Amino acid sequence: MRADLEIIERWIQPESHVLDLGCGDGTLLSYLQGEKNATGFGLEISPEHVAECMNRGVNVIEQDLDEQGLGNFEDQSFDVVLMTQALQAVRRPDIMLDEMLRLGRESIVTFPNFAYWRLRWYLMWRGRMPESDTLPYKWYNTPNIHLCTFKDFEALCYRKDIQILNRTVVDSEHRYRWFNRLWPNMLGQIAIYRITR
Amino acid sequence: MPETLPPDCVGLVEPRTLHFSDPLPLACGQSLGEYDLVVETYGTLNEEASNAILICHALSGHHHAAGYYSLDDRKPGWWDSCIGPGKPIDTNRFYVVSVNNLGGCHGSTGPNTVNPATGQPYGPDFPVITVRDWVDSQIKLADRLGIQQWAAVVGGSLGGMQALQWAISYPDRLRHSVVIASTPRLTAQNIAFNEVARRAITSDPEFHGGRYYEHNTVPRRGLMLARMIGHITYLSDASMGEKFGRELREQAYQFGYDAEFQVESYLQYQGERFSESFDANTYLLMTRSLDYFDPAYEFNNDLAAALRHAQCEFLVLSFSSDWRFTPARSEELVNAMIAARCRVSYSEIDAPWGHDAFLIPTPRYMDTFSAYMDRVAREIGA
Repeated sequence: MRADLEIIERWIQPESHVLDLGCGDGTLLSYLQGEKNATGFGLEISPEHVAECMNRGVNVIEQDLDEQGLGNFEDQSFDVVLMTQALQAVRRPDIMLDEMLRLGRESIVTFPNFAYWRLRWYLMWRGRMPESDTLPYKWYNTPNIHLCTFKDFEALCYRKDIQILNRTVVDSEHRYRWFNRLWPNMLGQIAIYRITR
Repeated sequence: MPETLPPDCVGLVEPRTLHFSDPLPLACGQSLGEYDLVVETYGTLNEEASNAILICHALSGHHHAAGYYSLDDRKPGWWDSCIGPGKPIDTNRFYVVSVNNLGGCHGSTGPNTVNPATGQPYGPDFPVITVRDWVDSQIKLADRLGIQQWAAVVGGSLGGMQALQWAISYPDRLRHSVVIASTPRLTAQNIAFNEVARRAITSDPEFHGGRYYEHNTVPRRGLMLARMIGHITYLSDASMGEKFGRELREQAYQFGYDAEFQVESYLQYQGERFSESFDANTYLLMTRSLDYFDPAYEFNNDLAAALRHAQCEFLVLSFSSDWRFTPARSEELVNAMIAARCRVSYSEIDAPWGHDAFLIPTPRYMDTFSAYMDRVAREIGA
């Protein structure tokens, strides 16, 4: 099982109504349906992923977050709104966070940390846009148009009066390492935040 | 004409007629004392009777959804692309029931049936049947066939409306409702097109107030016009462009008003063929039934309220180039389902064929439909 699923699962109450933005092939929702008796929907734009979700028994709505927004969902209609590894790829992450907390009581967000020491090292020594196993793209074809660091994200939350309930910092395989916690913004690769308003 | 039948075809099929003698109360206030329903079935009903799928047809459809009647048939049933061994509605796993709706003209009781009270065809005296009435007649069919719960009720266009109405009228009698290229209600523009079609029929001198059977005639020109205008709304600008463009039948303009462009003769051909095989009163009835469909109406125009008691899971599919029932109409339906906390999946299939795309087996459509139906089958152990 994917390690991040286990971490996220712990933060989700049984029977929760969940919205997963960019749900991929539905692995996470399917897992939450099985383990936590969760209900809800995934949103996805890739036709292949949409079909995979349907085949798994995950409710999936084909919807483009950037083009169509989330206006079709009512305020506070979900217990939790999830977004794994997609916040950095939407057109306006700040507005997306507002929307997520409009729809859900809580949100769980995961994203790659651009201040991870290897990325800093890459930029400093090579003088070129960093690439890594979590960010395997060129600057011109990357879907990750709004990369940020843990500090950036937390500053945005502070400015928006968003409360951080939990933060877990892991490596690219979603494993805990003692040094991740020691100096997260330098040593952590992926952050998993639980936020509310 | 196929020399042999393809391996993914249900093969040679035969319709059968079921007679119902309990009166069926209708939305219009009248009731049908007795009636026939013509059905075809494909595949085998399992012991628990849990693998049955009901196919609901669209405006000009009927019970012959798949397979051939004989090796001389030019074409298979109207949804042969989706029903058969290994196809999305896999007849190796499902027992498929396809019914001709009441008011139709292919064997089920309709305007061209003899009214037992008068000994004459019903004609214009046949009551207007609504989508809800159809579902009420289909539940009698389910009872007759011993099907307590459909694995799925599936339909495109007007058929999708029936699949939706099933979920609202009989929540515990279906596990899945598959609503393809449909809409929760017609728009003013949709109704306007229907009205032009109806006017074409009723203003034909051969219509005789709907009693043309007694005059041994058929309002052929009116029906042909109705079909021509309808057919335009089933295609897209792009698909017509690709098929015909501005191609002429002759080398040059004839400077007259006969059919010179290929698209003109195509429409005339379609209209003529249709007018030979379809009943004008049925066309009026089916279009009216489309106009009236509006499940939200009884719930203060709140579609979510109408859907709140639905228990089944929904699959809603729309097609990008469908301008008759646009993806926006499907999204309206899906949003109401989300608000009602229904379990629903939705996909807008990118296809250039307009409304007719629901009949055309494009890869993305087949993949999505198959992925969903595979799960429906797995759930019931089929």
